[in-house]
Amino acid sequence: MDVTIPATKHGRNAALLSIIPGFGQFYNKQFVKGFIFLTLTIAFFASFLDTLNWGFWGLFTLGTIAGLDHSIFLLIDGIIALIITVIGLAIYVFNMYDAYSTGKKRDLGLATSSVKEQYHNLLDSGFPYLMVSPGFLLLIFVVIFPVLFVILLSFTNYDLYHSPPAKLVDWVGIQNYIEIFKLDLWRKTFFGVLGWTLVWTFVATTLQVALGIFLAILVNQKDLKGKAIIRTVFILPWAVPAFVSILIFSGMFNESFGVINTGILHAFGIDPVPWMTEENWTRLALIFIQTWLGFPFIFAMTTGVLQSIPDELYEAANVDGATIWQKFTKITLPMILFATAPILITQYTFNFNNFNVIFLFNGGGPAIPGQNAGGSDILISWIYSLTMTSAQYGKAAAITMLLSIVVVTVALWQFKRSKSFKEEDMN
Amino acid sequence: MSMKKNKIIRLTISYLIILLMCVVVIYPLLWVIGSSFNPGQSLSGASMFPKNPTTAHYTYLFDSEKSNYISWYMNSLKISIITMISTVILVSFTAYSFSRYRFIGRKNGLLTFLVLQMIPNFAALIAIFVLANRTGLIDTHLGLILIYVGGQIPMNTWLMKGYLDTIPKELDESAKMDGASHMRIFVQIIMPLAKPIIAVVALFAFIAPFGDFILARIMLRSNEKFTMGVGLYEMVAKQFGKEFTTFAAGSVLIAIPIAILFLCFQKYFVSGLTAGGTKG
Repeated sequence: MDVTIPATKHGRNAALLSIIPGFGQFYNKQFVKGFIFLTLTIAFFASFLDTLNWGFWGLFTLGTIAGLDHSIFLLIDGIIALIITVIGLAIYVFNMYDAYSTGKKRDLGLATSSVKEQYHNLLDSGFPYLMVSPGFLLLIFVVIFPVLFVILLSFTNYDLYHSPPAKLVDWVGIQNYIEIFKLDLWRKTFFGVLGWTLVWTFVATTLQVALGIFLAILVNQKDLKGKAIIRTVFILPWAVPAFVSILIFSGMFNESFGVINTGILHAFGIDPVPWMTEENWTRLALIFIQTWLGFPFIFAMTTGVLQSIPDELYEAANVDGATIWQKFTKITLPMILFATAPILITQYTFNFNNFNVIFLFNGGGPAIPGQNAGGSDILISWIYSLTMTSAQYGKAAAITMLLSIVVVTVALWQFKRSKSFKEEDMN
Repeated sequence: MSMKKNKIIRLTISYLIILLMCVVVIYPLLWVIGSSFNPGQSLSGASMFPKNPTTAHYTYLFDSEKSNYISWYMNSLKISIITMISTVILVSFTAYSFSRYRFIGRKNGLLTFLVLQMIPNFAALIAIFVLANRTGLIDTHLGLILIYVGGQIPMNTWLMKGYLDTIPKELDESAKMDGASHMRIFVQIIMPLAKPIIAVVALFAFIAPFGDFILARIMLRSNEKFTMGVGLYEMVAKQFGKEFTTFAAGSVLIAIPIAILFLCFQKYFVSGLTAGGTKG
């Protein structure tokens, strides 16, 4: 087919007419389709106009009369209005695109599809949307919606003293963020908690990874007997539900009746240790517990990798007269790290947000004078207690935002490097 | 001769380390089993191998008039099974579409899933708490299940999509030639071939609610609606130490079936997690 500049401009005209949905399709003589778009638009405005009006009013003002307007409900309605608007806009853009592409076809002198063909087209191209939509809708309401809510909440003063229905909540801009960094109490607590979160993430994760890899190599020695039973035993901490193990440990470390103080340390003649009331002892115990909980997964995974390393590599190394240490640093370790690097990173992000172990062991405690977080609180458990016990919703939301920025940055960086992301054709 | 000596030393050290680790791993588990057979409620004076073991704590737990343990068990089981079934269905749908169709919005959809899978969904716990209050879903199992399923979708969609991408496209194309409908290709051709990955997703979706504590704790208020995690926590948290032996019995009853289930399917776990991590 010759490439000629089309004499007609149906594409442009149709798209322009589509400013009122359906008219572009009428212009292209696709009356059924145009009618559907037009009806959809009218129905959209008829049914949502009030919701949108009310929603956006609420979103901007957060209510005007204390005791009557419930600011948080208004905020929720506002987000719903926002989501409906986005969906509406998406359909609107699709309508324009559809009119434009059909018009383009006419410009090029191609036949436009008949009603029957359109029906089949709709069935073909609509099928993936049909299948994705239930999952996506659920995702909007249980994941995207809460995320939007937290983002917006972090710019409000919602706390115990501004708590509906008796009081109104107001937009305060970035006040929460400023206060976290400026007010002494908040700044001290925030950096204290952040510091421990980072130390905790790094030390606990590195220990569990190192122990897992070390044990996997140890058990994988050819002349070692009883591999199957040893491997089963080492998997056990992973097999038992974590919350059960953590609660068991909090009993074992209990200062008055726990077996660690009354049994083990006693047998060695060591005085009881204040595991639950002295900040640093709690932290030490937590790191031990997380290592116990976390190494089996690394162990199992590394075992899998080790079994896939071909024997020839080691035989060749033997011929060249390599020592055990050389074989380890030049063959075994690189193979393991290469195969498991992405997983290792997820282990770090997991521990960064490892709420269960912190909360179930000692509730984030012991309490520390001069700050409003416990001695072993990490960011996520601090957010929990700000929300559930001291009703500092606005501040908690702001801290959640700061935390999410860290997690998402690390995770995006990791996925950009991962193989599948590069291979995936994203078109 | 020295090589043999070396070997003996190496093996001896290895066995010693392994023995030490075995003790560290097994000791807490034995301790809790021992505690659960100790008479009395508190642990002071209790021993790992009680002289006069009792099963009183177990019978107490099964007595539905005194303890809600059985309801917690059934709640956890119910929530896990419903979460598993819904997750498998929804994830198969989304993963299949993303794997086989090229549609407008696909790229953005995949990216959204990728970002969402990184945000732990309890990070938005304030929102979940307030929203659940607003919608009346607080203290209902339905609300909890919806959150679990929604949280499972992004990661498992990527996991299953990665697997479906490896099933040759020629299969569905030739079926299409023969006039098979979209739904039929999906149900009768692709799904049977995807059984291994469905098993992995099902396993993840089943075990996640069992291991979760924080979401259940936020959502559930009344004792008879608790899941295992929240129930056991309340038991020890309320008056620490006072009910520890009963708690121990409860832990044993939940840990043993889960551990057995887990050990049977452990291979799938490793392969699933590794695939999820390296393949995205």
